[in-house]
Amino acid sequence: MSELETFRAEIRAWIEANCPEEMRRPVQGEDDICWGGRNFVFKSAAQKQWMEVCAAKGYTVPDWPKPYGGAGMSPQEAKVWREELARAGARPPLSSFGIWMLGPALLKFGTEEQKVLYLNQIARGEIRWCQGYSEPGSGSDLVSLQTYGEDKGDHWVVNGQKIWTSYADKADWIFCLVRTDKTNVYQGISFLLFDMTTPGVTTKPIKLISGNSPFCETFFDNVVVPKHQIVGQLNRGWDVAKYLLGHEREMISGAGGGEQTSTIGKVLTRNGLDDPMLRAELAQFDIDALAFAACGEKFLDEIKVGKAHPAKPNMMKYAGTELNKRRHELLMAAGGSTALEWESEETRGGAPARSWLRTKANSIEGGTSEVMLNVVAKRILELPGA
Amino acid sequence: MPLYHTEDQAMLAESVTGFMADEGGIKKQLRHWRDTNCKDGFGHALWKQFAEMGLTGMLAAEADGGLSMGHVEAGIVLAEIGRNLTPSPFLTTSVMGVTALNEASDDLRGRWLPGIIAGETVLAMAIDEGAKHKPEKIACRAEKAGNGFRLTGAKDFVIHGTSADAIIVAARTSGSDSDADGVTLFAVPKDAAGIGHNAVRLVDSSIASHVRFDGVELDGSSVIGEVDGGRAVLSKVLSAGRIGAAAEQTGVAGGAFAMTTGYLKTRKQFGKLIGEFQALQHRAAHLYSELEIAEAVVIKAQQLLDGGSERAELMVSVAKAKAARACNLAVREGVQMHGGVGMTDEYDIGLYMKRERALTEFMGDANYHAERVAQLSGY
Repeated sequence: MSELETFRAEIRAWIEANCPEEMRRPVQGEDDICWGGRNFVFKSAAQKQWMEVCAAKGYTVPDWPKPYGGAGMSPQEAKVWREELARAGARPPLSSFGIWMLGPALLKFGTEEQKVLYLNQIARGEIRWCQGYSEPGSGSDLVSLQTYGEDKGDHWVVNGQKIWTSYADKADWIFCLVRTDKTNVYQGISFLLFDMTTPGVTTKPIKLISGNSPFCETFFDNVVVPKHQIVGQLNRGWDVAKYLLGHEREMISGAGGGEQTSTIGKVLTRNGLDDPMLRAELAQFDIDALAFAACGEKFLDEIKVGKAHPAKPNMMKYAGTELNKRRHELLMAAGGSTALEWESEETRGGAPARSWLRTKANSIEGGTSEVMLNVVAKRILELPGA
Repeated sequence: MPLYHTEDQAMLAESVTGFMADEGGIKKQLRHWRDTNCKDGFGHALWKQFAEMGLTGMLAAEADGGLSMGHVEAGIVLAEIGRNLTPSPFLTTSVMGVTALNEASDDLRGRWLPGIIAGETVLAMAIDEGAKHKPEKIACRAEKAGNGFRLTGAKDFVIHGTSADAIIVAARTSGSDSDADGVTLFAVPKDAAGIGHNAVRLVDSSIASHVRFDGVELDGSSVIGEVDGGRAVLSKVLSAGRIGAAAEQTGVAGGAFAMTTGYLKTRKQFGKLIGEFQALQHRAAHLYSELEIAEAVVIKAQQLLDGGSERAELMVSVAKAKAARACNLAVREGVQMHGGVGMTDEYDIGLYMKRERALTEFMGDANYHAERVAQLSGY
């Protein structure tokens, strides 16, 4: 048996022995996800236990180095870990913006002290992070952001407003883009970290068309941020932001799941439908979904050995989000009028309709589809004037 | 297994890319044979060169003088064939034909493989009966006669049928037309009495034949695999042909796309390079995305097929359908973005459109494979 196969056998046995039965059932909704954090209320003892046993082994962030709370797995081993989780039907022990977004940025740009402190907190699910990027006047044109940090010697005083801050009302800390030089557009932004309980920080949830409020407006009124809470160099936060956006786009594209085999065509027989036109559409969709899953797998394989084009996440984000919107259009069509029910028990509180509406944001958040296509045209196809 | 080429495969790709661009280019091969009205539609000298490169026997076993390679390697060759629109019998002979022969007796392998490996022998596959691919139904019959069989019926759109030294025929030896069992594969030599051809030139300048078998006498040694149990072999041959055609389509799409983005960077209108217009940039970027996805699922299906995975059949159909749709988009956008010159015979982009159309029909179009995906997924 190869080393990797021995490793796979060990992981399989470990999951078998340690993953509670309840954590092997499919995630039904938002409240089944384990986000961690100071104020997180675990849905069950099993959810807490699963997160803790994984964190103790470094499995919440398997490919991070051990000193930072990870398990130090190689890319191939981390792939095995994901495959074995999927095989057992086990839920991710911990999900967070800290893992997907801030963590990779800290690993690349953070100081040793920052890495030891923040990465361990993320790995153990102790601190829940939110992202302060967009502003009311700075959406697709993010670099025009106005939130300003005034230099006061050993600290900045931050004033301004962020919008579309995911879960700001539930987060413990924020990673935030703040203008620290008004004379330079790109090289006048810094990447700051601060506690959401700092005086002057307030949040206000935004109600969406889905009826849910995953996003907030976030206001900063003379918020004091110590100088050591900067990631990367002063005024070079845009470099960190771009790097992190790459990870965000990867995440939204759904490329992170390893080999995916799920198709949605069976909803036809499950719902007892005899509709040849819908069946044809579902088959076309399943072809695109299975092909995209292969593309996601290839993309991850290529990233690990440095073969992927640095702008490829933009293409993955575009294709993945457009596909997901189509998936939910078809699920609504297959659900018929039942899928319109907004509060019924049968629909688990209107889950199909709310999910369908939520997916419309996929091709807007983290860079719109149109911006993704602009980036592909410019950086990959190298078209003129793009 | 990671979804990119191993070092050995990358080396193969490098040498094949150079070879096909130099020797298999559009002017040297496709246009030449088309404009000289060649009866074969391809050059035998190039087929010999394929052999010298070691390509003709790549799927044959080492014990038979081949290289024991797989569909990933064959796909590397086919992608370059597609990129250069190189006419050759590689797909029907070295991919589908050899896949069939790998299941055949020592006698049959000994009779046909050495010629194939030497680049002297060409095979054709007689599967389709009618204008659409539908191998679930086989009406062409081989009745038992003495120690052998008597073959009667018709096969349509047999690519390279008139050039082939042997035609591999899927015929019914028992049961009714749509039965799964009762199919047998035969290797029929070209000089067998009772074979009639009606050769037709197709839109892509390839030559296909409507073949009639009028009581062709075959002895038992021409059977490939089991009598009445030919579906197992046929299914391997179909998968080989489908993933091969899909790989070729990614090459056709890649060639058309490179030509088109090149044009966007040189053609000026309204005082600007047309590639500066966002309307075209977004369409080009979308097309790029579709091509990347198609390439990924093709290599995925190749690996699953080589690994004998139970998901291979499903993913081969996914790959054939996805490659067809992506390639179709590439050639349509290619002609449109070239504007008026895209409609001329002088420019090559139209040749890509013609080849795409022929490859799409070959071994099942996107709708055929969508139906298969639905069935294999249980709906």
